[in-house]
Amino acid sequence: MPEPNLIVNNPEPVVDRREQDLIARVQRGQHELFYDLVRPYERRVYAAALAILRNEADAEDVAQEAVLKALANIRQFRAESRFSTWLIQITVNEALMRRRRQRTRVVESIDDHRDEEGEYRPRDFADWREIPSETLERKEVRQKLAEALGSLDRKYREVFMLRDMEQLNIQETAETLGISIASVKTRLLRARLMLRDLLASGWEQGWFSHSPVGKGNKPW
Amino acid sequence: MVVTCEQVWREISNYLEGEVDPALRAAMDDHIRTCKSCASVLAGTRNVVALYRDERMIEVPAGFGRRLEKKITEGVQGGRAGWSTWSAWLVPVAALILIGGGIRLANSLTSNPPVKSPLAELGHDIPPDMPVVVSVATRTFHVAGCDFIHNKDTVRTMKASEAIREGYVPCVRCMRKYLSVARGPAGLDAEAITADEALKEGDGD
Repeated sequence: MPEPNLIVNNPEPVVDRREQDLIARVQRGQHELFYDLVRPYERRVYAAALAILRNEADAEDVAQEAVLKALANIRQFRAESRFSTWLIQITVNEALMRRRRQRTRVVESIDDHRDEEGEYRPRDFADWREIPSETLERKEVRQKLAEALGSLDRKYREVFMLRDMEQLNIQETAETLGISIASVKTRLLRARLMLRDLLASGWEQGWFSHSPVGKGNKPW
Repeated sequence: MVVTCEQVWREISNYLEGEVDPALRAAMDDHIRTCKSCASVLAGTRNVVALYRDERMIEVPAGFGRRLEKKITEGVQGGRAGWSTWSAWLVPVAALILIGGGIRLANSLTSNPPVKSPLAELGHDIPPDMPVVVSVATRTFHVAGCDFIHNKDTVRTMKASEAIREGYVPCVRCMRKYLSVARGPAGLDAEAITADEALKEGDGD
């Protein structure tokens, strides 16, 4: 039975008085408070950089650069957007610039610039049950999910990362990547369906079972 | 409204986003209720979103936060150090500017200032000890009694060399013979008078 409630929502900016106060103080020159402001989002900053660069050292380097750039431009931050979104957008820009400088992944870039053609048809129609979030306590599960995400083409991975992991809304995702809202929606659909199929195969391989990885642990 | 499986798959992401209109949503709900394949697609896609949205999916290298904090601290201190370095230079630079200004001011008191008028010139062969009358208002010096001394209530008498040093320029009338304009335009030449004439004219008054 389909769940009537939406699992995806577009989070509205939450008024966080403490964060607003921190922003105001940093903008007035108390730069030593900036890490307190950034700390809740530091993991997301790193994840955004890693999703684009796919190299841990580069991702950490870019994450640090992005945070310092945010500090340098803190006076330009306006309260109408979320601080986390602003920070992630700076990070994505820094990571995209780094990747352009590196000028690697030529083969992938050719593939990535191809327009979305045709429809993606789901391949697996097993009877899914909800995967308990506790499974994420297991490092190998997280690793498998990260590998699945990493196997997607860049254009799908980046949209999925920004919308579903960084939780930018559709418009913010489009603005950050410089693509249309329609492209975001198309890529997001494909990314979600492709990951669903990859996870389905993961079920077969026992990713989400409590017993050691192996066949015969399907939840259906 | 009736929808097909393909339509459900096409809209499943928008469905989760809450971005399908009520009629389509109702039709999709009806379809999914009776179609195991589409129920699987919806459940699986929902699982994907829920899993990847979990904060635990984001792993950072050990010590990442500590290194980031250190970088920010260094950046903040670097900014201040930059200011300190800059401000350390500021003092001597300001001192140099002040000294330079002082020298310039001193020079203005002891050397010839630039001549403003294109007609004004410093003259040549003017006897340094010649007594002249300076007009403070017009910044010119004259032979005593020159009719062209303006604002006579601001005149002073001094040596020609002192007048020149203080920036006064010779009167084109009474000091004509010391000026190159003596060989200049006819009109001016015709009207020019010598210092002696000026003295005579002055005596005549």
